[in-house]
Amino acid sequence: MARYRLFLLILPAAIVFTAFFLLPLAQLFVIGAGGKDGIAAYAAIVTDRNYRASLVATVLLSGGVTLATLIISGIAGVFLTRNRFPFRPAVTAMLTFPLAFPGVVIGFMVIMLAGRQGLVGDVTQWVFGDKLVFAYSMAGLFMGYVYFSIPRTILTVMASAEKLDPKLEEAARSLGASPLRVVWDVIIPGLMPAFVAAGAICFATAMGAFGTAFTLATRINVLPMVIYTEFTDQANIAMAAALSFILGAITWLVLAVARTAAGSSVAAAG
Amino acid sequence: MGGARTQGAPDGTRMSGSDSDALRPVSVRLERCGKTFADGTKALEPLDLEIAAGETAVFLGPSGCGKTTTLRLIAGLEMPDPGGRVLFDGVDVTALPVEKRNVGLVFQSYALFPNMDVRGNVAYGLRVRGMAKPEREKRVDEMLAMMRIEALAHRRIDQLSGGQRQRVALARALAVRPRALLLDEPLTALDAKLRDALRVEIDALLRRLGITAIYVTHDQAEAMALGDRIVVMEHGRVAQAGTPREIYQAPATRFVAEFIGTMNRLAGRAEAGRFVTAAGAIPWPEAPAGAREILFRPEAVRLSADGETPHLAGAVISAFFMGDHTRLFVAAGEGAPLVVEAAARRHFARGDRVGLVVDPAGLLTLKDSA
Repeated sequence: MARYRLFLLILPAAIVFTAFFLLPLAQLFVIGAGGKDGIAAYAAIVTDRNYRASLVATVLLSGGVTLATLIISGIAGVFLTRNRFPFRPAVTAMLTFPLAFPGVVIGFMVIMLAGRQGLVGDVTQWVFGDKLVFAYSMAGLFMGYVYFSIPRTILTVMASAEKLDPKLEEAARSLGASPLRVVWDVIIPGLMPAFVAAGAICFATAMGAFGTAFTLATRINVLPMVIYTEFTDQANIAMAAALSFILGAITWLVLAVARTAAGSSVAAAG
Repeated sequence: MGGARTQGAPDGTRMSGSDSDALRPVSVRLERCGKTFADGTKALEPLDLEIAAGETAVFLGPSGCGKTTTLRLIAGLEMPDPGGRVLFDGVDVTALPVEKRNVGLVFQSYALFPNMDVRGNVAYGLRVRGMAKPEREKRVDEMLAMMRIEALAHRRIDQLSGGQRQRVALARALAVRPRALLLDEPLTALDAKLRDALRVEIDALLRRLGITAIYVTHDQAEAMALGDRIVVMEHGRVAQAGTPREIYQAPATRFVAEFIGTMNRLAGRAEAGRFVTAAGAIPWPEAPAGAREILFRPEAVRLSADGETPHLAGAVISAFFMGDHTRLFVAAGEGAPLVVEAAARRHFARGDRVGLVVDPAGLLTLKDSA
């Protein structure tokens, strides 16, 4: 009876998982191997110079975005949790605002800030006589990704910072630790589970994000853009599928490793 | 006490070589230390207090009385309101943050670092101070041995019981040889049996080390057992400071009288060497003229023996068998029932008439009730 009930309970999840994950992925894998190069299409990701470069660029960009986001959200999250000031709820709400925007809008905002007619360009033109434009490059993409990654991260960090025991910091200080040392020895280890969980989501989102890159420039060499180009311009459906599969696999691998690390650090944090 | 002395002495780094094997306890003085929090709450009225080097002072009072705030002022975790000063051995340390004061802190919630094992916790203060590894390891071993937790050295914190955690916290606080040890309700989170055992152990430890200790608790039994001196606090003020004996036997205020131990109270009037109440008269040659109320502990009253003339007459409301004695609540006169201890062997039922004899040596009056 219990076994039967358990089966019933797990059935909806199993159907969704099979229909929307296993089957498409299997299909994707088959299509990826069904081109003129066959299964070798999968090797192209490392053998082809262009594909390899875009893979490395995508992973580095996502890693950099994750790191920058964690640093910014960590500091801001702890500050917002620890301090009470007028308009604090408004500031928190504003920081979570980008959640509402599609990637296209965020790309548009990056252009308004750092594009050819952007604010940064105007200011640098006025001060240095030279226009600084970085919207249509990796730097612009980096900025846009950090911008939309902060909300997801900051909420997790704040929930975790809420639970940090201030007595731990007082104990460390009474033992002679400077405030900076307390951050390193107490606050960061205390927030580590949140950093790992939020960082994994942040990384995965940055790996797969498309709208912002598409808005900024079709020439930016990140994997989702390459997949789009292969699919639409070259009509190389098999290669697009193979690249998609690998993008998914790498992201999944990073998430799995992060989850394992989070699991052990959660256990250590008791 | 000029500014020059403030510079050198109270740094947190005097921890190496020759003076490493001796604890040098300091005297602690608070001068006009008040504390008003940012939201305007007055936690502490300006307070003057001196704690001698090596003394164990217990701050006792109900929650919100300012005892923890006082401890935090001494620790350097809070700044007193302007005009207040904190002095260690006569040196002004008011401006020194906690990490420069070299005081040991022990909390109710243990506050052990969950990302380090027992050894890591005990070694932390020494590591932060940059003590060389061989010396550090030796000191940690000493501390683990002193608290009898050697076997736990490599355990994670979540693998320890509450009592073990508090031992680790004590070892960690004492490892850096603090100039004073500050304990904030260290036993409150433990169950009763463990609390008693650890209390005895902490008492022995404090005596042996001769360290200046400031102990905050709301538990009067703990305060009586541990304190050289008890500072009873109420509403951000010191209600009375004195030895446990003084506090118990000669409470200065009604609050102290009723907060410490059990106190019986009877209304009446002093009259020709007696104190006359609605339940009878107690012979009391030294009765102060004009006394309207007397107080006495349960041990100053007993049931009258057969044939003896009782001072007071009453009726049993309830009786609790405590093992070694029976605790009676007796209605006598108006007001709250009297608490009386009787021999364990006798049985009582509700409504039993009893006679009471009061020892006049145990009678107290308070100024505000005269």
